[in-house]
Amino acid sequence: MKNSVFLGALTVAGLAAGAAAAGTLDDVKARGKLNCGVTTGLVGFAAPDANGEWGGFDVGVCRAVAAAVLGDPTAVEFVPTTGKTRFTALASGEIDMLARNTTWTFSRDVDLKFEFVGINYYDGQGFMVPKDLGVSSAKELDGATVCIQTGTTTELNLADFFRSNSMNYEPVPIETNAEAQQQYLAGACDVYTTDASGLAATRAAFEDPAGHVLLPEIVSKEPLGPLVRHGDNEWGDVVRWTLNALIAAEELGITSANISEMAAEATNNPEINRMMGTEGNLGEMLGLEADWAVKAISAGGNYGELFEKNIGENTPVGLARGLNAQWTDGGLLYSPPFR
Amino acid sequence: MTTMTDPPQESFRLSMLLNDTRYRSYTFQFIALMAVVALIAYLGSNLVQNLRAAGLNISYQFLGEPSGYDINQRLIEYDSQSSHWRASVVGILNTLLVAFLACVTATIFGVAAGVLRLSKNWLVRKLMAVYVEAFRNVPVLIWIIIIFTVMTAVLPAPRAFRGDDATASMLFDAVAFTNRGVFIPSPILASGGWIVILTFLASIVGVIFYRRYATKLLYDTGRLLPMFWPSVGILFLPSILIFFILGQPISLEYPELKGFNFQGGWTIRGSLIALWFALAIYTGAFIAENVRAGIQAISKGQTEAAASLGLRPGRIMNLVILPQALRVIIPPLISQYLNITKNSSLAIAVGYMDITGTLGGITLNQTGRAIEAVLLLMLFYLVISLSISAVMNIYNNAVKLKER
Amino acid sequence: MSDTPSQRNPAFVRTEMLPEQAPPATETGIIKWARENLFSGTSNSILTVLSIISIYYIVVSAAPWILNGVWNSASIRECREILEGAAGGCFAVLTERWNQLLFGFKYPNEEYWRPGLAFVLLFVAAAPVMFFKYLPSKMLLFTALYPFLAYWLIWGGPILAPIFALFGFVVGYVVWSQLVTRSFAAGFFGSIVAAALTWWIGGMITSAVAPEETLLSAVPSRDMGGFMLNLILGTVCVSLSIPFGIALALGRQSNMPIIKWICVVFIEFVRGVPLITLLFVANVVLAYFLPPGSNFDLIIRVIIMITAFASAYIAEVIRGGLAALPTGQYEAADSLGLDYPQAMRLIILPQALKISIPGIVNVAVGLFKDTTLVSVISMFDLVGMIRGPILASTEWNGVYWELFGAAAILFFVVCYGISQYSQWLERELATDHR
Repeated sequence: MKNSVFLGALTVAGLAAGAAAAGTLDDVKARGKLNCGVTTGLVGFAAPDANGEWGGFDVGVCRAVAAAVLGDPTAVEFVPTTGKTRFTALASGEIDMLARNTTWTFSRDVDLKFEFVGINYYDGQGFMVPKDLGVSSAKELDGATVCIQTGTTTELNLADFFRSNSMNYEPVPIETNAEAQQQYLAGACDVYTTDASGLAATRAAFEDPAGHVLLPEIVSKEPLGPLVRHGDNEWGDVVRWTLNALIAAEELGITSANISEMAAEATNNPEINRMMGTEGNLGEMLGLEADWAVKAISAGGNYGELFEKNIGENTPVGLARGLNAQWTDGGLLYSPPFR
Repeated sequence: MTTMTDPPQESFRLSMLLNDTRYRSYTFQFIALMAVVALIAYLGSNLVQNLRAAGLNISYQFLGEPSGYDINQRLIEYDSQSSHWRASVVGILNTLLVAFLACVTATIFGVAAGVLRLSKNWLVRKLMAVYVEAFRNVPVLIWIIIIFTVMTAVLPAPRAFRGDDATASMLFDAVAFTNRGVFIPSPILASGGWIVILTFLASIVGVIFYRRYATKLLYDTGRLLPMFWPSVGILFLPSILIFFILGQPISLEYPELKGFNFQGGWTIRGSLIALWFALAIYTGAFIAENVRAGIQAISKGQTEAAASLGLRPGRIMNLVILPQALRVIIPPLISQYLNITKNSSLAIAVGYMDITGTLGGITLNQTGRAIEAVLLLMLFYLVISLSISAVMNIYNNAVKLKER
Repeated sequence: MSDTPSQRNPAFVRTEMLPEQAPPATETGIIKWARENLFSGTSNSILTVLSIISIYYIVVSAAPWILNGVWNSASIRECREILEGAAGGCFAVLTERWNQLLFGFKYPNEEYWRPGLAFVLLFVAAAPVMFFKYLPSKMLLFTALYPFLAYWLIWGGPILAPIFALFGFVVGYVVWSQLVTRSFAAGFFGSIVAAALTWWIGGMITSAVAPEETLLSAVPSRDMGGFMLNLILGTVCVSLSIPFGIALALGRQSNMPIIKWICVVFIEFVRGVPLITLLFVANVVLAYFLPPGSNFDLIIRVIIMITAFASAYIAEVIRGGLAALPTGQYEAADSLGLDYPQAMRLIILPQALKISIPGIVNVAVGLFKDTTLVSVISMFDLVGMIRGPILASTEWNGVYWELFGAAAILFFVVCYGISQYSQWLERELATDHR
C-alpha cells in the first residue's frame, strides 16, 4: 500500500512533465496568473498589509505587468523569496519575473544568466548612525560595529569601502531587516548599513526618527530592477516595455486620472497615441492586446504615481525622488522612445 | 505455496523468480536496484537538461575566487581577499567551536538538572521539571531568537560604559558584559612565555603521576597519602616560580573602551553566546531526561548497599550510581551531541557565521552556485555526524558492561 | 487470665488511654512538609533559598509587564502612548493579528471555519488510534476517511478529487486482497497498477467535469501559513513517514544485501545532515532535479523533504523495536509456516510497533517543533509570519517578546500535551509487572 502511494506520486510527476515548457508569455497567459517574486517584507517596496494584500513599489511593477499581459492587475501570485532563494526560483521557472530590489551586476547578468530589463530604482548603499554618536562622515567609522542585512551585495560593498579607506570594522550579519533594526536600536551595533531606500524606510518606523542620521556617503551604485530569465526575449520585452511605459507615461503626462480620456480618442501627440494603441500596432508586436499600456498604467498609475503612493515623501518611507526623477527634471529616468 | 514443496530436481522455471522464496529475494533485489538506478538516472538527466536549458553548469571554481566579504569571528587568518574556500573553512571552524562549547555546557546543565530532578528538595525538583518541560516543548529556533533578543535588550551597549555618568561598569576592570558580547582579557606571551606554559603542562602530568602513585601505595600498603594539597602544589608552584624567575613573561591585555567599542582582549560575540547557550539549555533539558532515566534504571538496592557501607549521599551518587548509570546515559547522549551539531546550523537566525552562514549563506548568495554550495554543506555535516558517531561508538564499546 | 493467680500485685494499672496529643508544631502540617522537603540539610536549604530568590526576580520583572499589558490598540506607537513609558507588553499585536498568526495572511477570512473544523475533527480521527483500548474500533473508519476529508476542508476545490483519491486506495486494496492469496508479488504490483489506473482515470474525470464554482472554494497551498502551516506539515509528514519508516526499518533488517544497503545509506545520510540543509535542497536545489517545465508547489517539496527526514528517524525507532523482540518470535512465525509478509503483519510488527510507540511520539514532537525551520526558506509559518510580515509592517515594527512569547506558548501547549499523552500511553502499554 505504502509503496503504491509513492509510485502514484511518481506518476503524477511524470504527467506534470508532459506539460512541456513553452515561452513564458504563453505560460502566463495559459495560467491566467503571473508569478512574481518579491521580498518577504520590506515596507514601501513589497509587504503584505493587515488584510494580506501585497502592496509596494515593486509590487506595483508586478501588477502593471499582470495588467498588461492578462488585463487584470490582481492576477498576480506573489512569491516571497529570500536573498538565497530568489535566483533559483527564477532560474527554475517557479516565478516568471523577479521584482525584489535586486542589484543589476555583471556577474548576475552574465554568469547567472539573467536578464535585467531595466532599472526601476536607482539606489546606493548608505549608513545610518544614532545622532548622539557624533559621526558626520562614513570616513570616521574606523573600528565601528556594523549591522548588515545579509543577502544582497551589501557585504561586498562594505568590505570594499572599509578596505579602500584602510579602516577596520566588525560586521554583524543579520538575516531580516526587523532583527537588524532591533540590534541597531539596542546599541549592539553602531552603524546600520543597507540600501539608502531601505534605511529611510527603516528609520521611518523608529520611535524617534530624528535621533538618527543618514551619513552623506553613498558607497555603491545599486541599480535595482526587475529581471527575467536569459533566452526568453519575448517575455523580457514584455516586462521591459511595461516598465518603460510606466516611466514614459510620467514623462508624457499620462496619469491614472486622465488615461481613460487619452485612450478613448487619438490625441495630437503621436507617441501617446502609439502607447495607447490608438495608432500603430505596438501591442501586436509584443504579442499583447493593443491597449496593453493603458491597462498597465491604469493598474497603479504611472511611475511617478507609484513612487508617490508607496515610497514618496508623503509616505512613512519618505524618499525624495533624487536620481529617480525624470531626465527632464535632472534625474536618470529615461525611457527609450515608443516607435 | 505449492512451489515450496516442489521436488528439488525440477528444472528452473521463470515463474520461480516470483513465487519461489529461494529466488524471490534475487528478483526483489534486482527490482530495487533497477528502481534506484532508474531514479538516479532520471534525476540526473533532468538536472543535465535543466542546466543546459538555463545555460548553467556545475563548477566548483568559485571556491578559489576571492570571497569579497568579511567575517567577524575568524579562528584563522581571513580577510575579504581570501577565497570562498577559506571562508568555508572559517565557517567550519566556527561550527565546530560552537558545537563543542554547547556539547560541554549542555552536558553540565543536563547532568545537574537530571540529578536535581530527583532531589529530595520539593522546590528544586519542581523548578527543574519546569525547566525541562519548558525547553523540551518549544522549538529551538524560537529559543535561539528569544535568547538573542534577551541578550541584546538586557545587557548594556558599549556606549553605556562611556563618560562620567556611565550606567554600566566593567567587572574587576577586566571583563565587560555588553550586548555585543563579552570582552575578556587575553594573555600576551613575551619571550619565555612558552616555557611557563610547558611547565604548567608538565605539572599536570606530574599530578597525574602523583595520584597514580598514591593509589598504588594505598592498594599495596594501605597507606593513605594526602591528595588535595600536594596536587595543588604540584600543579601551580613550579609554574609560578618559573613565571617570576623569567621576569613575568605572560601579561594580560585588558579590553579597553576605545572609539566605538572595546578594543584589545578577547571578544566572545553575542551571536556565539546566544547560539551556544540556546543550544546548551535546550539540549540540556533533553540530556536531563536521559540522565534521570539512567539513574532511575539503577536499582534502589545499589543506593541502599552504598548507604549501608557508610557512604555519604554525594559519594553514593558519584561513586556508585553515576558510573553505572553512565552506560544507560551514553548512547542517547551521543545522539544529543549529534543534534547539537546539526542544530548549530540555525546560527543563521542570529547571524553567527558558521558554515551555513558562510558557504550556505553569503557565498551562496554572492555566487548563486546553489547546487554546489548545498552539496558541499551536506557533505560537511555528513562527515561530522559520521565521525562523531564513530568516535562515540568506540567509546561506547569500551565502557560496555563486559559480560563473561 | 483471671484464673491464673499472680504473685505480683501491680500498684497501678491504667484503665483508660491518655488522649492523643497533637504532634509538635515542627512535625506537622506545612512546617513539617517544608522541613522535610525544603530545608532538610544545609545544601538543601541553600538550594531552596536560591530558588526562591530566582523565582522572586523572575516574577518581579515579568509581572508588571504582563499586568500592564495593552490588549487594545492599532499599532505599536499607539500602544506606547497608552503605556506612557511604563513597563508593559503590547499584547494588542496578538488581538490585532491573531488571524495571521494562526492562518497566515492569505487564507480567506470567511473560510477560517474550514481549517478550524479540520483541526477539531483531527481529534475525533486521532482518538480511536490514541485511545484504542477505550473506543470502538469502528471509529477507525472515520480515521481512514479523515485525510481526504481534511484535504477537502483545507484546500477546498472539487470534491471529486479526494473522493477519487480515496477510491484509488479502495480499488488497490480490493485488488490486493484478491490477488494476495495467489501470490504476494502479484497482489503487491496488481494493487499498485490498479490504484494508479484509478487515480489517472479519476484525475481525467475530475478535470473534465469539475464545475467552475465548487462547494468549497479552492485555496492554493501557497496561501497556507501561520500555526496552521506548522500543524499541517507536522501531521502530514508524521503520518506519511510512519509507513515509509516501517518499510525502511524492515529493509534495514532484511537479509537481502542490496535492499539492506539502500536503506542503510538512505537512513544514515538523512540522519547525518541537518533538516535545514534538506530544506535548502527543497527550496533551491530540488527544482533542478525535477523534469523541465514541471512545477511542484514549495509546500509539496517541503513535505517530501520533511517526510524523508522523519522516515529515517522513525525507521531507527522501529528498528529498535524490532531488535527488542526475542528471536523466538521470528522462529515461532517461521515454524508456523508463515511467509515473510504474513509473519511481519501478524506477529512481528504488532509487537514491535507497540514497543516503539513512545519513541515514535518523541520523533513526532521533535518533528513538529522542527517545522518552524521552514521560516528560514521564506515560508510564512508561525515563526515566519512573525519574522516576516508582522515585524516588517509599519504598525508592529519592534514588538518581539509578545510575539515570540505567544509562539512559544502555542508550541508548548501542543507539544506538552502530546508528551503527556505519550507518558500515559507508556504506562498503559507496560506489560511487565513491577
